[in-house]
Amino acid sequence: MPSDTPALQVTDIHKRFGSLEVLKGLSLTAHDGDVISIIGSSGSGKSTFLRCINLLESPDKGSIRVAGEEVALKPGPDGPLVAADTRQITRIRARIGFVFQSFNLWAHMTILENLIEAPVHVKGLSRAEAVERAGALLDKVGIHGKKDDYPSQLSGGQQQRAAIARALAMEPQVMLFDEPTSALDPELVGEVLGVMRGLAKEGRTMVTVTHEMGFAREVSSKVIFLHEGRVEEEGTPDHVFKNPTSERCRQFLASHL
Amino acid sequence: MDWETLIPRIAKGVFYGVALLLAAGIVYGLTRLDYGVMVAYLDDLGRGALLTVELVAISVAVGFCIAVPTALLRASPRWWLSWPAYAYIFTFRGTPLLVQIFLVYYGLAQVDWVKDSFLWPYLREAYWCALIAFTLNTAAYTAEIFRGAIQAVPAGEIEAAKAIGMSKALMLRRVVLPRAFRICLPAYGNEIILMIKGSALASTITLLDLTGMARTVIARTYMPVEIFLAAGVIYFLLTFVFTRVFQRIEHRANRYLTAAR
Repeated sequence: MPSDTPALQVTDIHKRFGSLEVLKGLSLTAHDGDVISIIGSSGSGKSTFLRCINLLESPDKGSIRVAGEEVALKPGPDGPLVAADTRQITRIRARIGFVFQSFNLWAHMTILENLIEAPVHVKGLSRAEAVERAGALLDKVGIHGKKDDYPSQLSGGQQQRAAIARALAMEPQVMLFDEPTSALDPELVGEVLGVMRGLAKEGRTMVTVTHEMGFAREVSSKVIFLHEGRVEEEGTPDHVFKNPTSERCRQFLASHL
Repeated sequence: MDWETLIPRIAKGVFYGVALLLAAGIVYGLTRLDYGVMVAYLDDLGRGALLTVELVAISVAVGFCIAVPTALLRASPRWWLSWPAYAYIFTFRGTPLLVQIFLVYYGLAQVDWVKDSFLWPYLREAYWCALIAFTLNTAAYTAEIFRGAIQAVPAGEIEAAKAIGMSKALMLRRVVLPRAFRICLPAYGNEIILMIKGSALASTITLLDLTGMARTVIARTYMPVEIFLAAGVIYFLLTFVFTRVFQRIEHRANRYLTAAR
């Protein structure tokens, strides 16, 4: 793949819920190795935007390219755009790792089973190979001892680390994090951010919706501040956190730092 | 002493008095029973019980296979898929099993093309009629149980399956159905127990299941209390054994819920 092809390019996403327009034409480009943080007050459309990227939410308008491949979209029965080619979208989703605020591990499977499920059944890896890779990933996120436990036996922080490992097991080109620490007790936030810092350092392409300003500031290569469905401020962490041109961004940061 | 305190006391006394009399009556009755006749006809009742188990096992197994697709149709957002499934479920839940058995047993014989069809040799047999009615009945109830369970699978876990690149079919096979089965196990066990006892209605169309056999033996011996008591005990044992087996299955399948935190 030529290096100038962005890993992820999302253009002019619009989304409305009823009469409320939550996304008013958002675009985002992530090159390989970019770590992008999306910040903004609740209701600014951050999560909705992230969920539109892999079509967990149907945008009304816009286009999505993953590693140069455009996702084919068509108007769905209720109006908003849906995937035109179900095979293509499952293939593309398999290349985008998604980490949820509420972990969403499959409760009836052990941690190890959660990690090998998609590699075996979606990617067609052999069980042995998937187990070996899962072991390495569990080591990496520091919960190898929990591999035979069920999700309900883990703390929130451990569950989120397992969920990150589950996404990594598919060897995705881009990782999307949807407020990965918002459902955690304060003392558990650090362990998850630690894992995410490690991933950023490895050069993984990441897009993170977050309220953790410290994380956004230290780790990101780019920060986007959303306000009422628009990009209000965008740039390097230094620019956004130190010299924001937008008054709203300044106010938001003043109340969050 | 006023009435306020007296009335509850009297009520209590009457209650315990009646209960004591009843218990004494039952014990006395039990000592007067002819246990010999129960033992003498245990063979027959055993054969009846086997037919009961056979009818229930087949109808529950086939009913399961009908219930899964029916539940999926019923859970579909498309009305032309969910509506026929709901109509079927509603019909079978809305009418007594006895009426359904009679309609299959007596009703099919009224239809000429059924009588002319190659299935008639089967459809005229009470055995097959009972099986058909039981199967369709339990499938309808089971489908509704499954539908509830499918809709109770946490939306987040389904999203996680979507987001990781599972196709709809794979998601159904690996996440939605396995999860839904675990959720509905207690309710499903209940339905099977109801089926074990509901199968007694097979006796109304000449079948010699446990109840049918009991009635036949009674016609011969004129000892309804002894024989029905024996039949009742056998039904009890059947459900008892089933409950224990099902408990084990439930325990294993739902370890993810009971594992120590």
